[in-house]
Amino acid sequence: MTYGEAIRAALRDAMCSDDHVILMGEDIGVAGGPFGVTSGLLGEFGDQRVLDFPVSEAALVGTAYGAALCGYKPVVEIMFMDFATLAMDAIVNQAAKAHFMFGGQFSVPMVLRMAHGGDIHLGAQHAQCLEAWFAHIPGLIVVCPSDAADAYDLMRAAIENPNPVVFVENKTLYRTTSAPRNAENKAELGRGRIVLSGNDISVVTYGAGVQWAKDSAANLAVDGIDIEIIDLRTIQPWDEALVLRSLRKTHRIVICHEAVTGFGVGAEIAARLADVGFSDLRAPIRRLGADHMPAAYSPKLESHSRPDSEKLCRAIKEVLSYA
Amino acid sequence: MSEITELLQMYRAMCRIRKVEERLSALHKAGDIPGFIHSSMGQESVAVGISRYLTVRDTIAVTHRGHAQSIAKGLALSALFAELMGREAGTCRGLGGSMHIADSSIGLLGANGIVGGSLPIAAGSALAHKLDGAGNLAVAYFGDGALAEGIFHECINLCALWSLPCLFLCENNGWSEFSPSDEQFSGDLKKFAAAFNVAYHFTEGLDVSAVTQMAEHIIDAIRTTSKPQVFEVSVERFHGHYEGDAQAYRDPVELAAARARDPIAHLREHLLAFGIAASILAQIDVELTVEIEIAVNVARASPVLSTNDAFAMVYAS
Repeated sequence: MTYGEAIRAALRDAMCSDDHVILMGEDIGVAGGPFGVTSGLLGEFGDQRVLDFPVSEAALVGTAYGAALCGYKPVVEIMFMDFATLAMDAIVNQAAKAHFMFGGQFSVPMVLRMAHGGDIHLGAQHAQCLEAWFAHIPGLIVVCPSDAADAYDLMRAAIENPNPVVFVENKTLYRTTSAPRNAENKAELGRGRIVLSGNDISVVTYGAGVQWAKDSAANLAVDGIDIEIIDLRTIQPWDEALVLRSLRKTHRIVICHEAVTGFGVGAEIAARLADVGFSDLRAPIRRLGADHMPAAYSPKLESHSRPDSEKLCRAIKEVLSYA
Repeated sequence: MSEITELLQMYRAMCRIRKVEERLSALHKAGDIPGFIHSSMGQESVAVGISRYLTVRDTIAVTHRGHAQSIAKGLALSALFAELMGREAGTCRGLGGSMHIADSSIGLLGANGIVGGSLPIAAGSALAHKLDGAGNLAVAYFGDGALAEGIFHECINLCALWSLPCLFLCENNGWSEFSPSDEQFSGDLKKFAAAFNVAYHFTEGLDVSAVTQMAEHIIDAIRTTSKPQVFEVSVERFHGHYEGDAQAYRDPVELAAARARDPIAHLREHLLAFGIAASILAQIDVELTVEIEIAVNVARASPVLSTNDAFAMVYAS
């Protein structure tokens, strides 16, 4: 099963088990969405469960929020994460705050699916990784699965959760497959995963970064470097305990993500570790993210600004070389 | 029910809102209510007229100027005062305040600090009502100041496209915060509705009976057809954008004329002319004063939520 198929399977299973789960989004019906994730669901569940929305992102999320206040569990597809900018009032001012500002009277069981990331050459407005924005907002949960198995589990967990969940899907992963995971490794919100156990340095990452880390591990093993890979799976709240345990073992850390480095997820984790993990660190914390520039259209220029396994290997070696 | 009984009920309902807001204004001035409150004095006829035809299962999403809209839907006064005083006994446990007051038990989906914020919430609630199929409807209260917001366009398009049972209720007070609305919006709500094939109705808010008669017809049609309708009511905003705003930007002559167009005074004259004794109206006033003072005392007696309890509200569990 691919990452995209796993998300579809999770949507289908959730819709079968709870008839208040509805899908809302632009071109999610007959068209099945630009990445085919919802393909076939309109035929299976009908137009009262799969709501093909006009191109009106503010109203899309705003009405999903209104329906969530009234007992529905909307799963919204925001075609590209960049388009969430058009719905920020509904996400940030309304949905994220409702449980708090209404004193717990209402919860907002809403999932906002959005595809992030570059490498498919769509330019500056279809490639952004804006997860740090959402992670900054109290009241939102932010997840980003890195493989098909997690995509299924996290989607089921996100739909069952009574809070608004930003579900970030990486475009380059839609067609990737992964083996089923045993029950004890089932993804839960707020729990990261040790993808690879190692002793020399911890690489904390999520989304597409997990594959870069795996590739790096293979390359670095040749030089006798043994890295530990942590897939955060959930960005807000991130699994601080897991990362701290890893740091206590390896004493060195690189945080890697596709999003722009500055003020990003890595910045938050680094700041936190510099505080609560200071005595365990034997080298400066390194962040590896995209350069501080929009995604360039030209493939060569775009890839130059993004992290990859080669850059990650270099960053790891630099941190290890610190006396 | 006789017409006079109905008129007396509406008179009491409007006076109740007016007196609550006068009390809120005094409490705000005295420092007992923090932050912003936006008075709906002068606009009471709209919510009172509409709410007569709403059930507890119908939902409303209201504006920052939403006290009248909320009280008319059934918000308990002690919970209102407590909320605006930031106390635990408030409907939102003191975490929302005037601009975010909500009450799930009466279908009040929250006031909103964002202009036009009520519109998609009501549209989404209307979608839920349609999917539920129980014949309930949602009311999107908004002001003329929201007409220049893009979300209005998106929501009316969606509700028309999908036949959602949503009443777009525009309380047009002529002021978009501190600016005259005609300096903000070049369009015409009637033509806007027509462009989307949505029925449009208009009346003057000075006469609550006119609002009520039209509301009955409109709400009945929305329940029957499950189609949205637009209802615009012209009203006057007696106070400033918020309490404490001296309205220095308004022409004093225009403001005095606006305050003379008072739906409560208008109905009072009508009732007196009809032969209702002034003593009956005075008795209503006394009863409301007692009700309000009891509510204020209940609110004052409530503590503030603990910091830990407030923090625990960020996420639902």
